Amino acid sequence: MSYRWLPTGLVVMLLLTAPANAFIAYVSNEKSNTVSVIDTGTWTVTGTIKVGQRPRGIGITRDGKFVLVAVGDDNTIEMIDTATQQVAGTLPSGPDPELFVQDAAGKILYVANENDNTVTVIDIERRARLGEVGVGVEPEGMAISPDGKILINTSETTNMAHFIDTATRQVVANVLVDARPRYAEFKRDGSELWVSSEIGGTVSVIDPARRAVTTKIEFAIPGLRKEAIQPVGFVITADARTAFVALGPANRIAVVDAVSHQVTKYLLVGQRVWHIAITPDEKYLLATNGLTNDISVIDVAALKVIKTIQVGELPWGIAISRQ
Amino acid sequence: MLNRLLASILCSMATVVAASAADRVEVSIGYLGPARLGQTLSLVEQPSDNDGISGARLAIEDNNTTGKFQNQHFTLEERRLEESDDAAVAATGLVNRGIGFIVTDLRADALLRAADAVKGRNVILLNAGASDDRLREEDCRGNVIHVAPTRSMLADGLAQYLIWKQWKRWLLVVGSHDRDRLFADALRRAATRFGARIVQERVFEDTGGARRTDSGVALIQRQIPVFSQQAPAYDVLVAADESEVFAAHLPYRIWDPRPVAGSAGLVPKSWDAAQDQWGAIQLQNRFLKMNSRRMSALDMQAWTAVRMIGEAASRTASGDPKKLLDFMKGRDFSIAAFKGRRLTLRDWNLQLRQPILLVDGRMVVSVSPQEGFLHQFSELDTLGLDRPETRCRLH
Repeated sequence: MSYRWLPTGLVVMLLLTAPANAFIAYVSNEKSNTVSVIDTGTWTVTGTIKVGQRPRGIGITRDGKFVLVAVGDDNTIEMIDTATQQVAGTLPSGPDPELFVQDAAGKILYVANENDNTVTVIDIERRARLGEVGVGVEPEGMAISPDGKILINTSETTNMAHFIDTATRQVVANVLVDARPRYAEFKRDGSELWVSSEIGGTVSVIDPARRAVTTKIEFAIPGLRKEAIQPVGFVITADARTAFVALGPANRIAVVDAVSHQVTKYLLVGQRVWHIAITPDEKYLLATNGLTNDISVIDVAALKVIKTIQVGELPWGIAISRQ
Repeated sequence: MLNRLLASILCSMATVVAASAADRVEVSIGYLGPARLGQTLSLVEQPSDNDGISGARLAIEDNNTTGKFQNQHFTLEERRLEESDDAAVAATGLVNRGIGFIVTDLRADALLRAADAVKGRNVILLNAGASDDRLREEDCRGNVIHVAPTRSMLADGLAQYLIWKQWKRWLLVVGSHDRDRLFADALRRAATRFGARIVQERVFEDTGGARRTDSGVALIQRQIPVFSQQAPAYDVLVAADESEVFAAHLPYRIWDPRPVAGSAGLVPKSWDAAQDQWGAIQLQNRFLKMNSRRMSALDMQAWTAVRMIGEAASRTASGDPKKLLDFMKGRDFSIAAFKGRRLTLRDWNLQLRQPILLVDGRMVVSVSPQEGFLHQFSELDTLGLDRPETRCRLH
């Protein structure tokens, strides 16, 4: 998620109205059909927004005006107005939208539709569908290269990262990864693309230029069987030196040296940890724990879990806004 | 802007490679199934004429969606066998036509005849329908992969849950057909293995007659309590009735107010139409859209068999049966089948490791292996006969 693109005036305005280093986190609760709103200054839930059925993928528009939530069972993406904290409109995705990514300008949204093997291209301002790209079976993870030229989609049953040219909207390359790829992200400098494989139990590191897997990050936790280690969401810090990988039913977040690709530490969090987000100042990491219905807060400098916040049922995705 | 500059430098460094233009790989998969299906006691459980094959067809579609990115193409050729047809002839016919993979829904003896008839040919059989343990033990074959769970895997999956519930005293009721007795053998073994006690066994004789009659229910209401009375104290009635003669009549009718498990009540299965965890809803939706009905365990076993071929073809960039079999036996193979963990092959008998669902006809009640049943290699190997016990010697 890039905050560099926020207009400077808006950032100044936001900084003036917000207490120092306080952000707002939005958590999609898959089973409750709600979004929990968390103030990172007080670490309290300040609101709960009713949304459509089965909210999962969640993100904030670049202008900060809307929180976008993919409500899979309603086959649409809802737009929550951040000012009123109410659903104010929808975007026309395909059936069962799951994860999405915006272009750098915040004008175009690319949505993975899990049910029909397509990625939908949407004009956010006009709320109109611009086109579709055919991909593999059960599309899920979405990422966009820092130069905006390549869109990545991962498909869970096809087990590939599809490289899509954003200009022509054609698939130009496919890279096989381990079973059930869930999430994709580029390093900010574009040097590496990472893809997590839930069932394969690895994170593939892909060279975006060669379009080939260069290494795989593996995880091993004493006392846990390999099958229980299921990487899903992850975050790479802006300096591309550290990454945090949520390991699902292993109930842990792996701290990874993003240069050597080695795990340096495992942090015990709640049950079935799914997606994670980092505050814009990179001081705190927030992780959704699906089975314990809470959020773990991690102090990034100390690498310690400092707080647990109760949210709705089956928290799934998380996005953090400046205000 | 610096970002843009950096991006354009990076982009110029990138060599744009189009999708690999390797030679097209054609993978033909045969399907051997029965022409006629048995009758079930419950009308809602009566399998469709296309039970099993529909799962294979969906997997062909999934494989082709994946295959289009790798220039691989999958096709399915179906053969339905009458009782009088010889599976060996049918299998040989498919292989003679260049088919390298055959998914089977055949009885144990027919499967063995088919496997032995094509032994030495470059073909793999994938058993999607037969749960007989002997096919993975004394009668195992090097050219047969088993996707269907065994009776012992099903019984162990059920037993672990009953033990977890502390329902350790079982009244075992067994049908009078061979396959009922084989399931009872697996249940007895599971009881011994996990610490349950069979307080008494009873046999429910199949005296023939129609499964459906216009006023049969009144008779059954009197018959079942009488049959089940005067049993020693027990926690759960466990029924072995693969032949569909009596088990579905037991719940709510037995003498004692006790739950029923096994062939009715809480049933162990590889798959169920109610399974929606671990992304399964996507598969269920695809299946429903394609077939206008819900997905059965046999559909799922056939889907998994065809997906295993697709996955191995995708990883090896090949359609050669021998190469794919070697890959599937190896450490790098696993298949995702919407059961929350990777499924792999037991290299000693080519049985697919898999969790077992426990279902009540409407919901998935639990999934085994249960927490706390540990194993030194894979918790999935707490289900069924394990490596040290195997009688299989693959050549």
